[in-house]
Amino acid sequence: MEVKKASAKNMRQYVVFRVESQEFGADIHKISIIEKMMNISRVPSTPAYIKGVVNLRGEIIPIMSLRLKFGLPEIDADDDTRMIIFKFNDVALGAIVDGVAEVVNLSDDDIENISAISNDRNYDYIMGIGKAEGRLITLLNIEKLINELVTKE
Amino acid sequence: MDMNQYLDIFVEESREHLQQLNASILELEKNNHDKAVLNEIFRVAHTLKGMAGTMGYTKMQTLTHDMEDVLEELRNDRIFADSNMVDVLFKCLDALETYVNNVTATGQEGEETFQEIIDSLANILKKTGKSEKNQEKAAEAKNAIDPGAHQGNSKLRVELDQYDINVLKKALDSKMNTFEIHVALDKGCLLKAARAFIIFQIFENNSDVIKSVPKVEDIEDEKFDFEFTVIVITKQPKEFFQKEINSVSEVADVVVNEITYEHLGEAPSASNTEGAAAEHNGADQSAHNHNAKDNQNGKKLQKSGKTVRVDIERLDVLMNLVSELIIVKNSLEDSSHSKESKINDSIEYLERITTSISDAVMKVRMVPVETVFNRFPRMIRDIARELDKGIELHMSGVETELDRTVIDEIGDPLIHILRNSADHGIESKEERIRAGKPDTGNIYLRAYQDGNNVVIEVEDDGHGIDIEKTRAKIIEKGLESADIVKTFSDKEIIEFLFKASFSTAEKVTDISGRGVGLDVVKTKIEALGGTVEVETAMGKGSRFIIRIPLTLAIIQALLVKIGDEKYAIPLSSIQEIDNVKPADIRLVRNQEVILLRNIVIPVVRLDKIMGVPGVLQDSEKKVLTAVIVKKGDKYSAFVVDSLIGQQEIVIKSLGKVLAGVKYIAGATILGDGNVALIVDVNSLAL
Repeated sequence: MEVKKASAKNMRQYVVFRVESQEFGADIHKISIIEKMMNISRVPSTPAYIKGVVNLRGEIIPIMSLRLKFGLPEIDADDDTRMIIFKFNDVALGAIVDGVAEVVNLSDDDIENISAISNDRNYDYIMGIGKAEGRLITLLNIEKLINELVTKE
Repeated sequence: MDMNQYLDIFVEESREHLQQLNASILELEKNNHDKAVLNEIFRVAHTLKGMAGTMGYTKMQTLTHDMEDVLEELRNDRIFADSNMVDVLFKCLDALETYVNNVTATGQEGEETFQEIIDSLANILKKTGKSEKNQEKAAEAKNAIDPGAHQGNSKLRVELDQYDINVLKKALDSKMNTFEIHVALDKGCLLKAARAFIIFQIFENNSDVIKSVPKVEDIEDEKFDFEFTVIVITKQPKEFFQKEINSVSEVADVVVNEITYEHLGEAPSASNTEGAAAEHNGADQSAHNHNAKDNQNGKKLQKSGKTVRVDIERLDVLMNLVSELIIVKNSLEDSSHSKESKINDSIEYLERITTSISDAVMKVRMVPVETVFNRFPRMIRDIARELDKGIELHMSGVETELDRTVIDEIGDPLIHILRNSADHGIESKEERIRAGKPDTGNIYLRAYQDGNNVVIEVEDDGHGIDIEKTRAKIIEKGLESADIVKTFSDKEIIEFLFKASFSTAEKVTDISGRGVGLDVVKTKIEALGGTVEVETAMGKGSRFIIRIPLTLAIIQALLVKIGDEKYAIPLSSIQEIDNVKPADIRLVRNQEVILLRNIVIPVVRLDKIMGVPGVLQDSEKKVLTAVIVKKGDKYSAFVVDSLIGQQEIVIKSLGKVLAGVKYIAGATILGDGNVALIVDVNSLAL
């Protein structure tokens, strides 16, 4: 059994969530709130993975489907489905995920950088792979995700 | 001394004063003997001086102080305000604005000293025979400190300001020695900074350095030739320094000048200015020498908050309404408990109150257009002088109010239209006389309320828009073929002016002619939900009419259903609603149209455009519901499935991610909590 050295180098908290069977993580500071699925109002002329908008206590928030974004087929929402609302730099964006697990603490040591692996554009959204309790968590670069959507306009 | 908390107030009040100054100087130009105006200008300059002094902005203080000197002469009729003097005063105003802008951005007034302006002011004073550097008695009751480099005896190399003078006086009073020490290094000296450092060690170990020319920081960076001058307070005698410094190698010359009371321009006194000065110098005394450090510490001001000045009465109204709201809420609670349901009454009352509250809050956000208009007279004056034309600006309806956000956006479009009028509209003096008009052109800027809109008009009595020239330009630019262009009505030709990169000016001036103005104007105004139209007559002039809706956030809308989705169409765009039989839809040039009272109206199939799934085909329907919308004077028929009803809705932004989505102007939250999208009529209407 590996004894992990308690390294205090840049401990950050990540919320772990599930899309299909893969686990992903996002910086907790960028997350505003996690909600159960709500009625989404469709918005025309948007990319397919933008499902529409929801009314969150008076605020209109665009919602995207991570499944569609990652090229997976859509499935019906179930009791585990959640919407993670990201808020970052005055921009709000919600993402539909298949389930939210927990919050983990990861330090820089626990994260593998994968920029060496591939130049594939899709990997741009991945900040690295985090290792926690034997699991591999793909850490998403939420900033990039959001910025890309905003500058498109 | 942490001044940051006062920065917001300083900036806001300064801007108000500068506005006042602007208006007053313009007045002065018209009647240069008007004492009331002179006094007003003096008062404002004086207040600004005080404010600048309190905040420690010495350059601003110097400038306002010099302005005061000139204004004093004007007040006493020793000089008169001619057009050059007014120009100088305007330059001062611009300089002060620059300082305030710097403060807004960085918290510091910046490095510019605007020496030329100060020199101009000094020149004006010279003409009156008044001594340039007048040592005003610092015993003022006001809080201001007079910095202006005042010096009685020019034997000293270094100019002393009031801080220095006070500090030195205190030193002399306490029987300390005050010297001005000038050091010249060998011309062949290589490591100037190192030598200077050694010499400064001597100073530091034996005295207090009050001032250094050039600044300590500059000396450390070797930003000096071979000489520098230092003012020190010390117990050591003159000879000590002479000996010590001379013993440092590569020092060519040392001159130690004793600073006496005469140099400071006053008899030894424990004047009560010390009190006033000390109050503001505070810890700045020694900090004065370390100006460099201060600049580095200049904290970046966060974007200074936008504020609105609100009439207290309006806030009272709001307060009352809110309390009524609470009462109604309570009565509703009671009603729900009691068997007797008076709920309907309470709800009606609630509705009235909420409408009143929203009106009241709207009013709070309203700001008179005056705040935008007041910089125009100056701008027109400057343009008129620049183009050497006679132009007079007449403004009316300046008390008309607009929402704060609109006020911010309307400035630029108006500036552009005004510049257009001045540059292209109003002819030169000779041309006007030849045309039988008075040599001074007029531009009328009017604002008034019209129904739910505020209308702003810019009218000039220039030579109007040359339709034929425009027509030729369109053909020349290849924007349309000559045949089609020939058939265009005047109105259609004018619309071309609002297209991007279109300009009929022969040359591109600083003011206009780049051809990117009018289309930007149109875009900005449409973004505010408004419209812009032009009326023109050759030889007589042109009129730009801008219409902007009063309320931005809450509108009346028609809720419609398309498939399973609900959409909102702003009521102000709707002309009427008609039932149309599918058979009545004809095809003209591949565009579906209907005939309504002999007018051909293009049909817009909203379901297709919005990509709404599951909408029935025409063949399955007996009758179609068409909402006839109006854009300018063109109509379109939007086909929807059914109407829900008219409703007052709150416009909610879609947020940055979806801001650019086509055809959608925003969203609203319905009573059931669901979101309905608001249709952007302008982008859909054909």
